Amino acid sequence: MSTTASYTVPSEAPAKAAPPAKKAMHPATKSKIIMTVIGWTVSLLVFFPIFWMILTSFKTEVEAVQTPPSLFFHPTVENYAIVQERADYFRFAMNSVVVSLVSTIAALILAVPASYAMAFFPKPRTKDLMLWMLSTKMLPPVGVLVPMYLLWRDLNLLDTRTGLIIIYTLVNLPIVVWMLYTFFKEVPKDILEAGRMDGASPKQELWHLLMPLSLPGIASTALLAIILTWNEAFWSLNLATSQAAPLPTFIASFSSPEGLFWSKLSAASTMAVAPILIFGWMSQRQLVRGLTFGAVK
Amino acid sequence: MDKARFAIGAAGLTAALLATTAGAQAQTTLTIATVNNGDMVVMQKLSSAFEEQHPDIKLDWVVLEENVLRQRVTTDIATKGGQFDVMTIGTYETPIWAKQGWLVPFDNLPEGYAVDDILKPVREALTYEGKLYALPFYAESSMLFYRKDLFKEAGIEVPDQPKWDEVKGWADKLNKPGEEQYGICLRGKPGWGENMAFVTTLANTFGGRLFNEQWEPQLDSDAWKKAVTFYVDLLKEDGPPGASSNGFNENLALFSTGKCAMWVDATVAAGLLSNPANSQVADEVGFAKAPIASWPKGANWLWAWSLGVPATSDSVDAAKTFVEWATSKDYIKLVADKEGWVAAPPGTRESTYASQDYMKAAPFAEETLAAIQSADPVNTTEEPKPYSGVQYAGIPEFQGIGTMVGQMIAAALTGQMSVDQALQSAQSSTERTMRQAGYFDK
Amino acid sequence: MSATTNVVADPVASAHVGRKSRRSVNTFPLVAPSVIVLVLWMIVPLAMTLWFSFQRYNLIVPTIQGFAGWENYEYLVTDPALWTAMKNTLLLVGWVLALTVALGVLLAILLDQDFWGRGVARLFVIAPFFIMPTVSALIWKNLLMHPVNGLFAWITSSLGLGRIDWFASLPLTSIIMIVAWQWVPFATLILLTAIQSLDEEQKEAARMDGAGPLAMFWFIILPHLGRAISVVIMIETIFFLSIFAEILVTTAGGPGLASTNLAFLIYQRALLEFDVGSASAGGVIAIILANIVAIFLVRSVARNLDA
Repeated sequence: MSTTASYTVPSEAPAKAAPPAKKAMHPATKSKIIMTVIGWTVSLLVFFPIFWMILTSFKTEVEAVQTPPSLFFHPTVENYAIVQERADYFRFAMNSVVVSLVSTIAALILAVPASYAMAFFPKPRTKDLMLWMLSTKMLPPVGVLVPMYLLWRDLNLLDTRTGLIIIYTLVNLPIVVWMLYTFFKEVPKDILEAGRMDGASPKQELWHLLMPLSLPGIASTALLAIILTWNEAFWSLNLATSQAAPLPTFIASFSSPEGLFWSKLSAASTMAVAPILIFGWMSQRQLVRGLTFGAVK
Repeated sequence: MDKARFAIGAAGLTAALLATTAGAQAQTTLTIATVNNGDMVVMQKLSSAFEEQHPDIKLDWVVLEENVLRQRVTTDIATKGGQFDVMTIGTYETPIWAKQGWLVPFDNLPEGYAVDDILKPVREALTYEGKLYALPFYAESSMLFYRKDLFKEAGIEVPDQPKWDEVKGWADKLNKPGEEQYGICLRGKPGWGENMAFVTTLANTFGGRLFNEQWEPQLDSDAWKKAVTFYVDLLKEDGPPGASSNGFNENLALFSTGKCAMWVDATVAAGLLSNPANSQVADEVGFAKAPIASWPKGANWLWAWSLGVPATSDSVDAAKTFVEWATSKDYIKLVADKEGWVAAPPGTRESTYASQDYMKAAPFAEETLAAIQSADPVNTTEEPKPYSGVQYAGIPEFQGIGTMVGQMIAAALTGQMSVDQALQSAQSSTERTMRQAGYFDK
Repeated sequence: MSATTNVVADPVASAHVGRKSRRSVNTFPLVAPSVIVLVLWMIVPLAMTLWFSFQRYNLIVPTIQGFAGWENYEYLVTDPALWTAMKNTLLLVGWVLALTVALGVLLAILLDQDFWGRGVARLFVIAPFFIMPTVSALIWKNLLMHPVNGLFAWITSSLGLGRIDWFASLPLTSIIMIVAWQWVPFATLILLTAIQSLDEEQKEAARMDGAGPLAMFWFIILPHLGRAISVVIMIETIFFLSIFAEILVTTAGGPGLASTNLAFLIYQRALLEFDVGSASAGGVIAIILANIVAIFLVRSVARNLDA
């Protein structure tokens, strides 16, 4: 069976190139200038709180609370030094990286076969099953904290990365299953039919046909899961103590200490969000490309 | 087959990443949970000295914001999770947890520790049935801070024992919102350890109490109504905007940037306000006793951040060694050497106040000592009360009650409810809790 | 080739493949792992929560124990706080949904226009979605909305509007603003993707027919976005029903009960009063509410998704 010939990424993917050429040059340029001004004003407004946080992290504490706020000042990296001295950032960051990556991989391993089955061999109850899975996510986690804490204590999972990985795999599973389902449903059926004609088993169909076709979708699902896990604060704060504690715990020690703390808080916050922000920005194209395929199209 | 290979590969990767979590541990590691207050941050910084003295003990710090800390350590100790070896707790938790058998007692302390050197009210607050269950790291009462420069300018003399109606007059005079100078800053952020600590002392001195001898809540009594009305009016007229979200830290920031003429809060703020590194008004801070109204006692609270060892710790001896070190005379001297006497942990030991160096470095020392020594958790209120504690009631239910009542008072402060309404719903809600807990019949 | 398949994991499926037609393939082994895991995840804590909700169980008063009957529910249902919390939960979900969808549509259209530096501008717009809720709440609370030193206070007072004490006078509104800021990028991203998948030709055709920009928006773009909007509403509802960190950091549910939602109410019972019984009863009520929402909202949205 040929493996490469018949399927390429469907062309309805974000093939949107440059918009069609405008007729008259002059009004087009003028409207482009206006759009540029509006577009940038709005974007900068949305981004402003983050910009302000980063700016504040380079001020001294006294400058940080000054009114009127100062835009021009001598930047200092002192806050970062203080924060790093008080808590080893890299340990927390490493935990965040490991926990979000591994739990996302685990969720994908569980979810891919399930979504495949639901998308291609729907049973009458499939829809209900999916909704039920999603509704499990609406339960406020604090309601089950004490039972979980007791369980994790007995399983010796408190303050371990394994414990957090299990929790996050489960927390993200419904969303991951649902997103993959929508992506799989968009894969043209005739390609799979062709594969079946060649006598591919469901597993081969899944592995050789479906996975490559929906790779962008899988990638954007994974990205979303990583982002959600990185930013989750409740379970990480309560089930991890020190060895396995990820970045939300790091933030919790700077959230309202004595005295002036705004610039130290800003520095700690910048450190905590920087990796995921950069990661998100870099993978933004991938995220959009995946979304174009499935849920949204 | 490919799926299997993929699964194996992924599992291998998972295992490899998991393997990094398990590490062999040769020495004893103590996990210490503490609050992110300045004095604790200093302790964390200086703790390498302890590790040098005890090479077999490694310290692992978990520094959290107060509310998160409290919720973490309580969950852990109550479920016997065993995550911590040393916990930072207060005078409220210590006797309650000791009663449950959750804490290891500090009996047979070494001679050199000089347990009698610890101030009596503090020692008593941490004692349950004759045994100490936590050792105090620093202790505090409450006092009045004022700006000497502003008071001088306005020609106001602060007497030895100020009265609340005088304070109101001064606040009216010094409140200049146009210049971002507010007459008085007080706690408004809801929480049993935040606004309720202050409001309960205010109610005490207005002649109120939290519960009567039958454990019936007294929040709708005239004394509470008078006290809370006074508090709300005072802050509305002379307080900073956003008073209802100001706790200790927020007020500290306001006062040290010169935005408050007066502030009534924890004595530990004195050291922070007098330190030019943190405070723009370091030279201008005046100190006086916490103001009183009709009843002279109960106007200043008592609290001690202390270190306790949970019974679930698997290295009790090492943990006790650390606690003894961190609360010793030697530690106080170490702080004095490294950070200066003004930064020494206050309120715990008589020897600190006997030190010439400390008294010279800390202009507030005498007032602090007097405040702590005059705080009486047992004989506090005008009418007798069944509970121990000045600014709280030493029963397990109080955390929940205090937080809820604090929310109601904050609602009165923001004008979402009238004072009467707020106290009425605080009263009925407290009654429900107490009835549910079985303090009186249904 | 299928004859040689020797994956141990699911012999059932491979045995069936040869004989049965595709439609009736045994999907059980494929769905089973995640369903079983999820069932465990759902059932174990749920069973424990149900169990505890009928128990007298306070972590800090271990002496009081035993079967409580309906007492925990009785105390909860007769507590006016529960109904306020329900109302706040729904207000919060409703308003943030409305705001993120409306602003998301506008932003998506804006970012679909051709302008200089659009790629970078897009990065700026989606950035808030990557920020930890705790961090964004802390930043908004301290650096922006603080009534004395915050930037907003400086702006409004410079304009002669006085200072707004956000969390005291507009607690729920403030939280809605923060949460909306965090989730607008998500809506924008999804909606932008949807707009981009709209046929250029279709747009061109409408333009030829003389449709103005408003008509274009109303008759071409908006109907096309229906499905994407459903996706946004569904995913966001799941997260908004249990908003917690933003409230904990900013208002702690107050003043009074003004910003207490169901998740926060349960937090108060569980981690401030340590009343596990009562918190569990609250948890059960939250699950019921989530299911009602699931039935009404998610189902109607899901129908849209199928079309």
